[in-house]
Amino acid sequence: MSTNKEYLQIEREKEWRVELRKTIANKERTAKERVRMPEMDPQERIKYQDREVNIGLSADQAQAEASRCLDCPNPTCIEGCPVSINIPKFVKYIEAGKFLDAAKTLKETSALPAVCGRVCPQEKQCEATCFYTQKMKKDPVAIGHLERFAADYERESGFMSVPEVAPANGIKVAAIGSGPASLSFAGDMIKLGYDVTVFEALHEIGGVLKYGIPEFRLPNKIVDVELDNLQKMGVKFVRNFIVGKTASFDDLKEEGFEAFFIASGAGLPRFMNIPGENYNGILSSNEYLTRVNLMNAAKDEFDTPVIKGKTVAVIGGGNTAMDSVRTAKRLGAERAIIIYRRSRAEMPARVEEVHHAEEEGIEFLNLANPVEYFADEKGKVNRMRVQRMGLGEPDASGRRRPIVLEGSEYDIPVDLVVVAVGVSPNPLIPSEVKELKVSKWGTIEVTEETMQSSIPEMFAGGDIVRGGATVILAMGDGRKAAANMDEYLQNKHKAN
Amino acid sequence: MNQIVEKVLFSEKVAKFVVDAPRIAKSRKPGHFVILRVDEKGERIPLTIAGADPVKGTIVLVVQKMGVSSAKLFELEVGDFILDMVGPLGKATHIHTPGTVLACGGGVGVAPMLPIVEAYKKAGNRVISIIAARSKDLIILEDEIRQWSDETIVMTDDGSYGTKGLVTAGAEMVIQRETVNECIAIGPAVMMKFTSLLTKKYEIPTQASLNAIMVDGTGMCGACRVSVGGNTYFTCIDGPEFDAHQIDFDELIMRLGGYSNEEKLAYERYV
Repeated sequence: MSTNKEYLQIEREKEWRVELRKTIANKERTAKERVRMPEMDPQERIKYQDREVNIGLSADQAQAEASRCLDCPNPTCIEGCPVSINIPKFVKYIEAGKFLDAAKTLKETSALPAVCGRVCPQEKQCEATCFYTQKMKKDPVAIGHLERFAADYERESGFMSVPEVAPANGIKVAAIGSGPASLSFAGDMIKLGYDVTVFEALHEIGGVLKYGIPEFRLPNKIVDVELDNLQKMGVKFVRNFIVGKTASFDDLKEEGFEAFFIASGAGLPRFMNIPGENYNGILSSNEYLTRVNLMNAAKDEFDTPVIKGKTVAVIGGGNTAMDSVRTAKRLGAERAIIIYRRSRAEMPARVEEVHHAEEEGIEFLNLANPVEYFADEKGKVNRMRVQRMGLGEPDASGRRRPIVLEGSEYDIPVDLVVVAVGVSPNPLIPSEVKELKVSKWGTIEVTEETMQSSIPEMFAGGDIVRGGATVILAMGDGRKAAANMDEYLQNKHKAN
Repeated sequence: MNQIVEKVLFSEKVAKFVVDAPRIAKSRKPGHFVILRVDEKGERIPLTIAGADPVKGTIVLVVQKMGVSSAKLFELEVGDFILDMVGPLGKATHIHTPGTVLACGGGVGVAPMLPIVEAYKKAGNRVISIIAARSKDLIILEDEIRQWSDETIVMTDDGSYGTKGLVTAGAEMVIQRETVNECIAIGPAVMMKFTSLLTKKYEIPTQASLNAIMVDGTGMCGACRVSVGGNTYFTCIDGPEFDAHQIDFDELIMRLGGYSNEEKLAYERYV
């Protein structure tokens, strides 16, 4: 990594950066308050499924926020970024008013800046390792908001830059799945000159960015622009194609593909296996969100149906649970309730999402766990039984273990239940490639440093390896896999 | 985009489509299904593959007009395109040689049964097929089934063709007459339920191919969950065929009605 440090140093010593640092004294920079993201009014926004909650910073706000960044000699923020964005460089470009250059900087290492600026848990990553957080105990520079600003500015300017691509080397590689891991992988491989094809099982490209994350958090048109950018760089997208089913790996090898990046996601929803869970009106968050986001089920002119509950219970405390419960509210639920077995402090959802949910009138029933569902004569759920929980000693995750309070059951009337208690890895690819080594949880085993699987020409990343993580960690995997697949293929071709 | 190269009307509500899908035609096996979406506004619907020609690169689908999505598909003509089609999905039928196989098909369920009957016959089994429907005009693919069966029995509810009675009556007649080593049942859930109850009585291993509600068809949504032997399975990736004697058919029938209100409203809007 020393070369990277040197590179960062060279960039930092460029004249414009040196001059910019001198324009405002550090004392003055640190005295400024962190910008607040303008938001749509909660009462207004719950009327729309597709209107973004966060409105985005104005140019003035962005420049003011960027000027808080001290352009540290040792930028610890970058260490917190799974795709190693040159954060001070893009932030300083914003301060200097060179917004298009800021966007270009983001695209050096990130295939999806407008997406990351919206859905990354910055508070656990770059902003957690920001100098302000670590050394000054102050609010960090709003790196995420600034990232979004630069990406949005570029898109709206009509001057989208297409990153430079190395001359074609004629080597065909495939990415399986079209979610964030694959897109990040594809972006890096195409830059290196490879012939990249992304295979997607669904009829739309984007994976979880399209079927999972609702438009009020990540509008589809934002994702489409980033996809368009990859296409302009030369990435080929094939929809309605399941590698291992539509064609086998051997078929694709015969067609000239030399290596594969498997990023087929954690596409198998978990249920709790409690009595009554198969009644109608009880569905996985994957199903609920896919119907609404991918299939537009909430709109009358689309054919896919969705049940619109009056009292909706969402089981779970993660981001997907928040997405589901806030979707239910937008589809007209009178009561939309999060039911989570631990307390608020242990909820894995982003603080921002919980805060937004609360503003929108979502109810939180913490320390409660469903034990049984009941239905009407047609088999449609109408009531659920929950049991109160207490908190015991910390478990393996470091969070206090929920314990059952015996005899504490009570019933809640509900007419729609969304189960968001996690996902398992999609078994399709492991079941088609018998030699592929998988863990007891069904995740593909890879060497951590290289993302290479037990089959040398197969790399893997994202949720099929991690079992359920974030967009940005998947993107980091994609980058790592790209770098190592490149090395593998270059060595192979040298040897021949 | 998959072009329709042939369309044959079996009745007012049932049609056979031959669709251009070279990859699927090459890789599909008996028991596999596809998911398709007719147009931009369309639903993703599963349809079991009723045959394929890997040389011509086509597959056969049989469609019964029921709701909005099947009606939209039904209206397509030769030369039109189906917007999206993905497959082959599901686990292929486990074709083996138990000896005598009794294949029971109800309504359009005869279509997905055809390649299974063919495969069992080619594997060296004695195959007896029963094809059943409400009335004569709803009996489909009789010649094709006959081609791969040692014996074919036609049953209609109203007696307008073949023998009057339900599929189970024909099945019981065969079972009482000779040794049946294995049974397959494909058709409406109710028909499969009663066929399964019958073969359970005679302890004949039986596979049923389920037609659950699905969205993605790749294991992602869980809409197609079904209880088999007290455990929950996903029809799309664990099935579509299961041990019929272990299937909770009442739950399946209940779940098939899960969106009946929404579907009714949508159909009213459509017509």
